[in-house]
Amino acid sequence: MPERPDGGRPVAFRGGGFTARAVGVVGPAVFVAVIVLWELGCRIGVIHPLVLPAPSEAFNAFMELADSGLLWKHVGASLQRLVVGWICGTVLGLSVGFMIGLFALARAGLAPLVAAIFPIPKIALLPLFIIWFGIGEGSKVATILFGTFFPTVVATYGGVDNVDRGLIRMGQSFGLSWFSIVRKIILPGALPAILPGFRISAAIAIVLLVAAEMIGAEFGVGAYILLAGSLMATDQLVAGVAMLSVLGVTVNWLIGRMEKYLLRWRA
Amino acid sequence: MDLHLQRISHSYGPLEVLADLDLAIEYGQIACIIGPSGCGKSTLLRLIGGLEKPAAGQVLQVGEPPAGSLNPLTYIFQDFALLPWRSVAGNVSLVLEDHGLRAATRARIIDDVLARTRLSDFRKAYPRQLSGGMKQRVAIARALAVKPAVWLMDEPLAALDSQTRELLMDDLVELWTREPFTACYVTHNLNEAVRLGHRVVVLSRRPGRIRTVVQIDVPLAERKERGVELSQQQHHLWELLREEAQAADQELLNA
Repeated sequence: MPERPDGGRPVAFRGGGFTARAVGVVGPAVFVAVIVLWELGCRIGVIHPLVLPAPSEAFNAFMELADSGLLWKHVGASLQRLVVGWICGTVLGLSVGFMIGLFALARAGLAPLVAAIFPIPKIALLPLFIIWFGIGEGSKVATILFGTFFPTVVATYGGVDNVDRGLIRMGQSFGLSWFSIVRKIILPGALPAILPGFRISAAIAIVLLVAAEMIGAEFGVGAYILLAGSLMATDQLVAGVAMLSVLGVTVNWLIGRMEKYLLRWRA
Repeated sequence: MDLHLQRISHSYGPLEVLADLDLAIEYGQIACIIGPSGCGKSTLLRLIGGLEKPAAGQVLQVGEPPAGSLNPLTYIFQDFALLPWRSVAGNVSLVLEDHGLRAATRARIIDDVLARTRLSDFRKAYPRQLSGGMKQRVAIARALAVKPAVWLMDEPLAALDSQTRELLMDDLVELWTREPFTACYVTHNLNEAVRLGHRVVVLSRRPGRIRTVVQIDVPLAERKERGVELSQQQHHLWELLREEAQAADQELLNA
């Protein structure tokens, strides 16, 4: 660059910020920092053990549980309820969501019903579930099923509504059958909206697990937490809650992998 | 196969878009339809291909489509309409899958049309990886795969930059020269119309009626060299359109 007689000044850069950058280590670092601070607080005595047990105590409670051999009984019972409830709720939710998305009659009839029942806290319906499905596994699975059903319905028909009409018209113009259009154009087109719905419904399922296990459950992470709570065994309570948190993170990660695979055609 | 449009009228609610249109699209020729914006060109094309029903009048197929035609009336869309979750080959395959063809036959057709549109090296690419021009060539390959009797082209080059548009026009001329096809080509670009049209149908502003039909006798392959003649034609078309375009421009939208 030839220098000008008056020297000139470079134009100041002002386009920074507002873009998402991947900063890998920060997430885990914050986790570690919070736990370390918490532990330190308990050790120094800033946090009274009655108010909040130290992470190390919660970890000890967890190890006790593992040593007693009950860990897998609790986790297994909960996983079973979660998986059965979530899968049934999701399958039903997808079916009803597609019906609402594809058929005007189903939309007119079911969409208002879904909107009316969606905001009801399913916990409030527990007594009814017990009467309907019994005190055993039925009512527990039903609670989770109902909880996952509604967000799936809403995400699914929202996704179907958002499929590019131009692509559907293209399918029609090439004489594709109705079933082909649904399977090859509408289903993959709705997927980017359905998969985030899975994230929400999975989180709701975990939230409802504790509620479901309030119904006379002997085993289950929720039951373990409830028992610990009623005994004021806060170390066990924190251990149980941490297990749910880990479960949630794992499920979220699995859905993330699924999104990456199924939506690999996106940028 | 020819297409005859008989007294086509159409309206959206109180808004009359097309009025009393008679037109013949003849075998082996490209009929370009031009007109001011909002004159119902795209509506007309949707009516011709059966994606919409005219309020009055009818579109008749005269004669049989060529043997082996899987989809006699085939569109090329302005926005390409490719499935983003399918590769180039997958997008072509889509339109073959409902016809009970054997996998080997499908593969042969796909290979053939990708070779004819020079896309063989890109068969595994996803649409997001392709430029606009490439996407439209995929759409052209997809249309070739079903052996259309009549191509219905809705501003196929409007979403492309002008250099890509030139290239694609050359491609279309080459395709036509090698194997003449019948097409109804809607555009608002007069240059495209005089480069590709055997006949140019000029529509009036809304409600669209046929103002004139201009015949261009220069063979498609020679048009690039005979630029002077073409620019005279183009000028003539613009004279025909100018007033209509001006009036259309002054109209309120959704009046």
